[in-house]
Amino acid sequence: MEKTWRNDAYAKVTGQALYTNDLAFPDMLHAVPVYADYVHAIIDQIHIQDAEDLDGVVKVITSQDIPGSNRHGQIEKDYRIFADDKIRYWGDVVALVVARDRKTAIEAAELVKVEATPLPSIHDPEAALKPDAILIHEEHGSNIINTHRIRRGDIEKGFDASDIIIEHKFQTQFVEHAYLEPEAALAVPRADGVIEIHGSMQHPFSTRRFTAALLGMRLSDVEVVGTPMGGGFGGKDDTAAVVCARTALAAKLLGKPVKVNYDREWSIRESYKRHPYRVTYKMGLSSDGLIKAVRCEIIADGGAYCSTTPWVTWRSTVQCCGPYQVDHVHCDTVGVYTNNVFTGAMRGFGSPQMNFVVEQMVELAAEKVGMSAVELRRKNMVQQGSATITGQVLDNHTVSMGEVLNAVIEDIDYDEKLKQCSFGKPEGDELYGIGLAMSYRGMSLGAEGADFCAAIINAQFDGSILLEVGIHENGQGAESAFILALAAELGVNRERIRYRQSSTSSIPDSGTTVASRGTLMGTGAVVRAADEFKKKMSQVVAPSLKCNPEEVHFKDDRLHGGQSDHSISFDRAIRVMYLNRKFPFAFGEFQGPSVTWDEKQGRGKPYFTWVYGCQAIELTVNKQTGRVKLLNAIAAHDVGRVVNPGMLNGQIYGGIAMGSGYALSEEVQLDAGKITNLNLNNYRILRSTDVPEMKAIVIENRDPNSPFGAKGIGEPTNEIMAPAIANAVYRATGKRFFNLPIKIDAQNGS
Amino acid sequence: MGADKKMIIQINRNDIAIPERSTGMNLLTFLREELRLTGVKIGCGKGFCGSCTILVDHKPAKACQKTVVDIAGSSVLTIEGMANPDGTLHPLQQAFIDAGAIQCGYCTPGMVLTAHGYLMRNPNPTREQIKRAMAPNLCRCTGYQQIFEAIETAAEHYHL
Ligand code: FES
Ligand code: FES
Repeated sequence: MEKTWRNDAYAKVTGQALYTNDLAFPDMLHAVPVYADYVHAIIDQIHIQDAEDLDGVVKVITSQDIPGSNRHGQIEKDYRIFADDKIRYWGDVVALVVARDRKTAIEAAELVKVEATPLPSIHDPEAALKPDAILIHEEHGSNIINTHRIRRGDIEKGFDASDIIIEHKFQTQFVEHAYLEPEAALAVPRADGVIEIHGSMQHPFSTRRFTAALLGMRLSDVEVVGTPMGGGFGGKDDTAAVVCARTALAAKLLGKPVKVNYDREWSIRESYKRHPYRVTYKMGLSSDGLIKAVRCEIIADGGAYCSTTPWVTWRSTVQCCGPYQVDHVHCDTVGVYTNNVFTGAMRGFGSPQMNFVVEQMVELAAEKVGMSAVELRRKNMVQQGSATITGQVLDNHTVSMGEVLNAVIEDIDYDEKLKQCSFGKPEGDELYGIGLAMSYRGMSLGAEGADFCAAIINAQFDGSILLEVGIHENGQGAESAFILALAAELGVNRERIRYRQSSTSSIPDSGTTVASRGTLMGTGAVVRAADEFKKKMSQVVAPSLKCNPEEVHFKDDRLHGGQSDHSISFDRAIRVMYLNRKFPFAFGEFQGPSVTWDEKQGRGKPYFTWVYGCQAIELTVNKQTGRVKLLNAIAAHDVGRVVNPGMLNGQIYGGIAMGSGYALSEEVQLDAGKITNLNLNNYRILRSTDVPEMKAIVIENRDPNSPFGAKGIGEPTNEIMAPAIANAVYRATGKRFFNLPIKIDAQNGS
Repeated sequence: MGADKKMIIQINRNDIAIPERSTGMNLLTFLREELRLTGVKIGCGKGFCGSCTILVDHKPAKACQKTVVDIAGSSVLTIEGMANPDGTLHPLQQAFIDAGAIQCGYCTPGMVLTAHGYLMRNPNPTREQIKRAMAPNLCRCTGYQQIFEAIETAAEHYHL
């Protein structure tokens, strides 16, 4: 296996990498959040005097202290950075205690008393939809956050033409991102008037936006600096940005550096989760297994705030039939406010829930029809040139659904292993099963948002190169991927490229590192900048290479003339640039190809390109204990083009592990809105003893919509594990599980 | 000075005298804040995640669960003491990099030290044994597989 390289590996493996909580500044103060023990209540008064009187406490900050705007949100500004009128969920923050040391701040936080009048609270999204339900946000007028729909063909006709109709209800759970590093922020008021922020957050630009608005400052007065971050998985967007904004407010008010570092319990209490879904799914098929019609109702619990619920549920809607062609589709989706912990982006972004449904439905249907589930998938899946359920014709990239499916089936010897499945047979204690699932996924934001990204190449006099891209390193190796892409484009050794510590003040806002868009958009911008850079250099050096600028090519750290065998070293060429008063500097921007969406019919081209993936799992279920043991997992994904093989495999393995936790052990438990599993002993992510042996099969069909040819992998790998496991558990036990996580009773293996 | 009775701990091969006022401190806080050994990470603060793993007399220990006095007279290794003084990496660290076992890196110090402690005791581990040895340490990014591979590759360097 080729050795993996990443630019930050040395720092991380030696403990030198400084994460936010590792930073310290002279005179630094420490702050901690204050929660109120309510889930829905009108705030009457917040008593801060006792806390402020405690020795060592510098200030207790509440909504009264905000110079700018308290209300935030990426879509709907319904979130108060400091709760002012009401408590809407158990994680609402009413105050921030700032003290000379963290211990004192924690003690003082206990002394802040919130007087509030409790209101009836709603924890069931269907109850929240009742006409007489109490409103979580009165000014919003209802508890409906958003709706989406798809109307394709004629649903009644579709069912009339069906020979077989099946209908099932599914339910999924609240899921915690469980990044190993809890939220942290450090804000420093600088002498030049800028508030500088180091923080564990996924999106420096929304952090800056939230902070500037809260502080009543201009965007240019806030600088968010790239800092190593201990995992995000979609979870360090809203909450993490807000933690930074509160910290910045303290720093601004007190004129001193302030650090906030979350305990795990605060992190789980306050941060948003993956949406629990309730899905009612009805599918009609012809007797030979052609899917004729799908009716689907999706209810998503958005919790107390909107966050990204409309975008998350939009993806669920667009992908509600999985990678299958269906002529008659009727889908209604609703995102709902409740007094539960709010929900937002998490790796998969609305697809893990739907894939859990769809990939079991096709198997249930196959059984009814009396054909193999793989055959039924093949018969209905999208092919080159197919139209999706929203009418998008898949003709601008290689549709490799069949290719990934075949790769998995062959590699794991699926057909042979199917015969060995136990189906709950009475003899023996270990029941064996194999299962698979597949999906397609629209890349990047699609019609969810503006999709463009910037990159800057700045070569120095000695031939070294500084690179910066407007995509944030989340730990996944984005910086390394960009360095490798640039090295490939310029035909130079990666050693000469250094990734510049990123800052919101040095590069244009290029959007979030979400939606598996980092690699595609970031390498896209790198290629554009490299094109520009090479053009500039070619013009200057062409005469000495005795060729036209268009003929210059870049290879082996040299610039070569067209037909001539003239060449000069890259170092020399850079010096020539400077001597000619030409900067070897380039700015590149990549804009995602256009997308369209008609919200009323649910029609259009929602994503400019798609990826295809399939995963299979072998497992056993112990009849006595109900315990599932994962044996062997295989994943095949079309990634367009591999940038960094070791990191790519790591994304795939990590996604398999996280997806397996989603299937079997992970669930945020709420008791009337209060989370009861606040740490990693009872919120159970997979440990080393739980993971299966994993194998990644990588398929490369370069994507013409991506300048570098690469697409994303972070989410596809995580979104089909739960249905694969559910299908395998079925073949082991003979029982279908419609709810997540899958809970198998002890004793009877069912 | 005279009032401060000293206690000695060897940390990363240096003897450190601990002032008496610090002996009752949480070990994790002491290492991070007094000694600035910030490679010792905090993931849960309660002994559940292994991010704060250090080696005490060659055995993995969770710093968040100990007080300074617990390790009086012991020798402690943190991730900062793992590489050679000239900065070249220990073969186990290099193996982590080469295998792609590092993503966000937050679990890495604890992972490396747990593995190091284990390989010193068992330089010929099977995959199953490695899995069991690493069970105290959580990683949310990698799915562990490349961590197992790194440990397998590095094992030969522990053969005497
Ligand atoms: S921080 Fe010590 S075990 Fe988690
Ligand atoms: S690499 Fe991120 S937690 Fe292990």
